[in-house]
Amino acid sequence: MRSVKSLKEIRRIIILHKRWDLIFMITGIVALMIAIMTFMALFAHMLIDGLPRLSWAFFTSFPSRHPESAGILSAWVGTTLVMLVTAVAAVPLGIGSGIYLEEYAPRNFLTEIIEINVTNLAGVPSIIYGLLALGLFVYQLGFGQSVLAAGLALALLILPVVIVATREAIRSIPVTIREAAYALGATKWQTVSDHLLPYSSAGILTGIIIGLARAIGETAPIITIGALTFIAFLPPSPVKDEFPFMSFEWLTAPFTVMPIQMFNWVSRPEEAFQLNAAAAGLVLVVMTLAMNGLAIYLRYRMRKNIKW
Amino acid sequence: MQIDQKEIAAYAQYKSEVKNLSFHYGAFNALKNIDMVLHDKKITALIGPSGCGKSTFLRCFNRMHDLYPGNRYDGEIILHPDDVNILASNVDPIEVRMRISMVFQKPNPFPKSIYENVAYGLRVRGIKQRAILDEKVEIALRNSALWDEVKDRLHELAFNLSGGQQQRLCIARALATDPEILLFDEPTSALDPIATASIEELITDLKAKVTILIVTHNMQQAARVSDYTAYMYLGELIEFNVTDTIFIKPKNKQTEDYITGRFG
Amino acid sequence: MAEESQNKLVYAGKLGYSFRRHLHERFIETFLFLSAILSVAIMLAIIAMLLKESIVFFRQVSIWDFLTDTQWTPLFDDAHYGILPLISGTLVSSLIALLVALPMGTIIAIYLSEFAPFTVREIAKPFLELLGGVPTVVYGYFALLFVTPLLQIIFPELPGFNLLSAGLVMGIMIIPYVSSMTEDAMRAVPMNLREGSYAMGATRFQTAIRVVMPAAFSGIAAAYILGISRAVGETMVVAIAAGMQPNLTWNPMEPAATITAYIVQVSLGDLPHGSIGYQTIFAAGLTLLLITLVFNIIGHLLRKRYREIY
Repeated sequence: MRSVKSLKEIRRIIILHKRWDLIFMITGIVALMIAIMTFMALFAHMLIDGLPRLSWAFFTSFPSRHPESAGILSAWVGTTLVMLVTAVAAVPLGIGSGIYLEEYAPRNFLTEIIEINVTNLAGVPSIIYGLLALGLFVYQLGFGQSVLAAGLALALLILPVVIVATREAIRSIPVTIREAAYALGATKWQTVSDHLLPYSSAGILTGIIIGLARAIGETAPIITIGALTFIAFLPPSPVKDEFPFMSFEWLTAPFTVMPIQMFNWVSRPEEAFQLNAAAAGLVLVVMTLAMNGLAIYLRYRMRKNIKW
Repeated sequence: MQIDQKEIAAYAQYKSEVKNLSFHYGAFNALKNIDMVLHDKKITALIGPSGCGKSTFLRCFNRMHDLYPGNRYDGEIILHPDDVNILASNVDPIEVRMRISMVFQKPNPFPKSIYENVAYGLRVRGIKQRAILDEKVEIALRNSALWDEVKDRLHELAFNLSGGQQQRLCIARALATDPEILLFDEPTSALDPIATASIEELITDLKAKVTILIVTHNMQQAARVSDYTAYMYLGELIEFNVTDTIFIKPKNKQTEDYITGRFG
Repeated sequence: MAEESQNKLVYAGKLGYSFRRHLHERFIETFLFLSAILSVAIMLAIIAMLLKESIVFFRQVSIWDFLTDTQWTPLFDDAHYGILPLISGTLVSSLIALLVALPMGTIIAIYLSEFAPFTVREIAKPFLELLGGVPTVVYGYFALLFVTPLLQIIFPELPGFNLLSAGLVMGIMIIPYVSSMTEDAMRAVPMNLREGSYAMGATRFQTAIRVVMPAAFSGIAAAYILGISRAVGETMVVAIAAGMQPNLTWNPMEPAATITAYIVQVSLGDLPHGSIGYQTIFAAGLTLLLITLVFNIIGHLLRKRYREIY
């Protein structure tokens, strides 16, 4: 009879405990809603303030003392050039480093140091990278406050992102694929370049996009290297009329980028400039959201298509 | 009159009755119209080839299938003495699990101390008094023949125990709450022969306290420990009888083939 | 005869190829190794660069003054070099941010991992990731021009620059990092542990709090440490919304500069390379790095002590 008697007690306890389940469930939904609503408020606020300023002229005008005629031409051109440098530097180095750690590295002390280091680098505040770039690139190596210095600073910043993405993508390829390649007489590098890299390309690409999306929005390191905030001219064009049709003068040119332009406008007391800030912010958010969205979509497709 | 008496007597021996039980994983019909009984304070073994549904059947008894979406029960499992159908949708699966405990295939101690592992079920039931917990933990550990080995290190992490000890700890954890039925899902399949022997001995001893339903892939184990045996094949209950009958003179040809190793 | 020579040919060809192949492989391996070792070089370069300028700085300012002076006015004629006002600003804003981000991030993670139906999780996870991808300068704009005016309705005396608004927005900004790492750690806990708990009659909440969270402890600790590092090192939100005036205060309603905001303020001006003002930002940066380093070491020790034990 014990069980029947205690059954009442059990039911009472269950009702009590289930109340906690319900309370927590509601708390969870509320927390999620707060996060989502905040984002909605942010986006809506920028949209209301910034949308009227968005026009063709906004994209094709230089910054100006007159808010209504100011634009983001030098900012988006600068962002594009800086990102070019960042990608060219960070992608091969990040992928190379990821491949080394995943496929080549012997299990020894040095490898462990490198691995701990990658984790630690990911936790270093971005402004510290700015200080490194200021001391090393701007003054020590004499690059000045240029596109090159900024691009390299951001490349160092996103290097851990690319490394980690590469490692995870390669690690998810089963050992049997490697064994199949080696069994056919492939060398290590042939195995990597013919099999591991192509099969993990979607994962690596996802990491690169997420890294670049982060770099586009980074402001602090670029302010730290002393990038000017009022730039009413464009860097020299990379394409030339005469032979060799290319020029790298733009690498050493002064520049501004989107987030700096926005920061500049936010810190102005006149409300008209803050509307410009909203418009620039809108462009920036749409750019980063599109990139992150692309990365999420790629990962979703990858999960759906590849089942090892 | 006499017949009635006999029926009542037989009825009192049943801890649980399974009536026309079917189970679906999505569209897959995993169990088909099963009728069976569990005799009170006896050991019932479920045998059959892999994929025959014996684990699925076992997990119906404490509603583990409710944890995953898309599963459906049909039919009844009546739990005596209060004659409640534990599969009914108005019965709370948590209530069922508080009355019917389970020991899993692989030892799955929580990342807590030995003491806290055993006390977990009691804490879940809201028992906080140290004296009660201490007492129940000790009794459960004694009943699972683990007390002497761990009494001096009750507050060490349970992961430091050997595989066999971990499984006995999981049995202690299930026993601490005085369950009415104890379910074993191939409890020795991850253990070495010595640990297996000690677990089997323990299960036989537990019969005095609790009704036991055990799934095993090992026919010798079923023969050694159980009082009743059910042979399942492709989601159907082929034969259910006293263990000796099943193993010595099974009525069904399929059962005989499986028992004698001519299966397949 | 013909067969034999053919065999020889194949054999010889293979030898030659093998040598070239060996060189090729070595060359590639060297490149890969160099790119991997670069991360160590970067770390060393960061430390060297911060130390180099800081040493020059500390030749002129004693470490004692640096740590105990209550004023930070390096650019004034009456220069004081006490880091305390910057540290107080950093700690107050980080604390507010963490009071928002850690509980909310954890609650969201538990909800998504243990409670939410499949479809909710599939939609909410990418959304949170997008939230984490918004540039920090945009959050700064949001704090200054949306949250501060909103807070001023509740606290009319709140100044336009204040730590409260910056901290709150920073907290919201950090939620996705905390929640996504915490959720990953919780989802990595094997199902058989959960089943063990449910089989004892535990509810979802009990299973999540008593079994899943302890089992995922090291991953959750890593998530928290990352959240702390983000809060301490965050720059743009505080630089825009909390003002850039060093102010030794523990009151979140006041404006104050953080370490990072000070570096921004100096960088916006035109300080000559080699001046003491230039060196102060490296000393400030070194302090910041040391603070994040301490948290990272704590995290490392915690992870070592409570490695995933399931």
